Amino acid sequence: MTLNRRHFIGTGLATSALLAAPAVLGQARARVVVIGGGAGGATAARYIARDSEGAIDVTLVEANPIYTTCFFSNLYLGGFREFESLQHGYDSLAAAGVTVINDMAVDAAARSVTLAGGQVLPYDRLVLSPGIDFSEGSVPGWSVEAHAQIMPHAYKAGPQTQLLKAQVQAMPQGGVFAMVAPPNPYRCPPGPYERVSMVAHLLKQTNPTAKILVLDPKEKFSKQALFEEGWGRHYDGMIDWIGPEFGGGAVEVRPDTMEVVIEGEAQRVDVCNVIPGQVAGRIAAAAGVTDGSGWAPVHPDSMKSRIDANIWVLGDSSAQGDMPKSAFSANSQAKVAAMAIRGELTGAKVFPARYSNTCWSLIAPDDGVKVGAAYEPTPEKIASVDSFISATGEDAALRKATYEESLGWYAGITADIFG
Amino acid sequence: MGWRKFLPALAFLSAAGLAPAAAEEIGDATRGATHFQTQCSTCHQIGEGAVDRIGPRLNGIFGRRAGSLAGFPYSRSMARMGSDGLTWTLETLDVYIANPRSLVSGTRMTYPGLPDAQARADLLAFLRDWSDRPQNIPEAEPTARRTDHALDPAILAIRGDPDYGAYLSSECQTCHQRDGSDRGIPSITGWPVEDFVVAMYAYRQKLRPHPVMQMMAGRLSDDEIAALAAYFATLD
Repeated sequence: MTLNRRHFIGTGLATSALLAAPAVLGQARARVVVIGGGAGGATAARYIARDSEGAIDVTLVEANPIYTTCFFSNLYLGGFREFESLQHGYDSLAAAGVTVINDMAVDAAARSVTLAGGQVLPYDRLVLSPGIDFSEGSVPGWSVEAHAQIMPHAYKAGPQTQLLKAQVQAMPQGGVFAMVAPPNPYRCPPGPYERVSMVAHLLKQTNPTAKILVLDPKEKFSKQALFEEGWGRHYDGMIDWIGPEFGGGAVEVRPDTMEVVIEGEAQRVDVCNVIPGQVAGRIAAAAGVTDGSGWAPVHPDSMKSRIDANIWVLGDSSAQGDMPKSAFSANSQAKVAAMAIRGELTGAKVFPARYSNTCWSLIAPDDGVKVGAAYEPTPEKIASVDSFISATGEDAALRKATYEESLGWYAGITADIFG
Repeated sequence: MGWRKFLPALAFLSAAGLAPAAAEEIGDATRGATHFQTQCSTCHQIGEGAVDRIGPRLNGIFGRRAGSLAGFPYSRSMARMGSDGLTWTLETLDVYIANPRSLVSGTRMTYPGLPDAQARADLLAFLRDWSDRPQNIPEAEPTARRTDHALDPAILAIRGDPDYGAYLSSECQTCHQRDGSDRGIPSITGWPVEDFVVAMYAYRQKLRPHPVMQMMAGRLSDDEIAALAAYFATLD
C-alpha cells in the first residue's frame, strides 16, 4: 500500500509535468468521444463542449435517442411520477455543439471507437460512461437474455421499469412480491430498499394483504435503520427482509414456475424482481480498461483510467474508491474529468479535484430521507472525508422538506446533465 | 511521511494546471497491522472469522456505538458511555487508544495507551479496513482526513479567481438551477455578493442547519468562498 502510494506520487509528478504542455495544440481540433449519455457521459460532453468554446470537437454516442433516468424510476413505480418525467432528449447538448450519435459502441482501440453500425470514430481522448451490466450466473436459474421478461431486473430504466410496475399492479390479492437484492458493489446502494418502499406503498392502497419478501446476500445495507423504521411505521407486517444468516444470500430462482428457492425450500411468488450482481458496462471491458474485479480502475485525481492514459471512465463503471455508484457521483466525477481533459487538450487550468454525493430516498408520501458525503482524492483512491445521514425519529415537516428537496435536486441535476 | 512534504508544492503546481493535491490518508495500514499484533491481539481479534475474546471483536468498529455488541460483558462504565451516545469514529478511537481512561473512566481495558500519534494513525488505518466501505454504505465513517485548504498557500495565490469559482460552482449546480428555479431547493442566482459570503460562513460554522450545505460549505476555505463570490458576480 505504502509503496504503491509513493510510487504513484513520484510518477504522477513526472507524468503531469510532461502533460502540462498542451498535447495536441497546433493540430486541427482535438477530438473527444464520449460513450454513454447518462449522468456521467452527458455531463462530461456538455461541460467539455461548453467550456472549450469550440476548441474541442465532442461526439456523444448513446444508444437511446430519449434517455430514461434510473434515478427517480422508483418514484414512477410508487405512482409519484409519470414515466415521461424520467425521459430526456439530447437537443440541448446538440445545441451546445456536441455531435450526438444514436448507436452502440462495440469496440475501442488505441485511437478509435467502432460502433455497431460500422462507423469508426477517431479520438484523442475517450470518455467511457456506460453504466452497469449484469454478471452472468450471479443468481442461479436467471439470465438477462432468457428471463428478464419474466423476472425483471428493472435496474436499467426503461421498458423493464414499466414491466415491473405492470406486474405489481396485476398481482392477485394477498400475493407475494419477491426481490432478490444484489451483492456489493452495485448501482445506487439505497435503491433496492427505496423500491421495496414504493412497491409497499402501491400495494397498501390496492392489495393490502400482499407480502413483500426481500432476499439479501448482504448483512447490512444503506440507510437500514431509516428504512426499517419507515417500514414499521407505514407498512407494518408487510415486508419481510431475509439476510444471509437465514438463507437470503444463496437464492436460486425458477422463472418457469415462478419460484424462489431459499435454503432448499421452493416458494411460489407472484412477482420476482431479480437485481443481479453487477460489472462495468461491456464497452469498458472491450476497451481493455477493466481489471479482475469487472470494474475499471481510475486515477482518483482525474478519473483517468489507470490502464490507458487516453481513456477516462466515469460513474458506475469506474473503480475509484469510496464513492457510491450513483447519478450524483457520476455527475460530480464528470466535472473533474471534463476539467482534466480540457487541461490536457487545450492547456486550460486544472484545479484540485473535489467530489460529492447525496442520495435521497422516498419511504412513503412526504417521508424523504437522505445520505451524503464529501470526497477527496488520495493517491490510492477517492476517499470519504465527511458524511451525514438523516436521523431516525425526525419530524414530519423535515421529512417533507427532504422529499421536496429531492424534487428540486432532480430538476437541477437533469438540467446540469442534459442542458 | 515523505510524500506529505510535497503537498504544498503539489497544491501550488495544481493551481498552475499540474498535479492536484490529495486528501490525507489516515495512516499506513501495513504498519498498523504490525502494531495490532504487538499491542492489541492478546485480547482482541479482527478480520475473517474474528470472535470476542478478553476484548470484543473489532470488525465494524467504525461507526459502532460504544458498548453495543450483543453478548459481550462490557464494564458498566463502557455501557454508560454507549448509552450517552459515544460512537467510535476516527477521532474518538484516536483519543481512546491514546489513553483509554480519558474517555471511559472505569474501562476494563487495562491497556496503558499508545502515545505515538503516528503509530495510532497507522493502527486506525488498519482497523478502518475491517469496517463498512462508504462505496457500499455511503453513511459509513470517512476513510481519510480532509485536506485543510485553509492552510494551503496555493489557494491564497488564486484568491478571487473567477475561473476557480466557475469550477467550484459546478458542484452547486448539481442541485441549484441556473435559471433561478427554486422548487424544493432555493435559487442562488442574482444574490448580492455579501449575502452569499455571509451565508456560506454561516453554513461552514454550522450556524445554519442544513446538513448538505454544512458539508459543502464546510470544505470551502475563505479564498474559495471569495472565488465563488467573484464568479457569481460575473453572472447576470
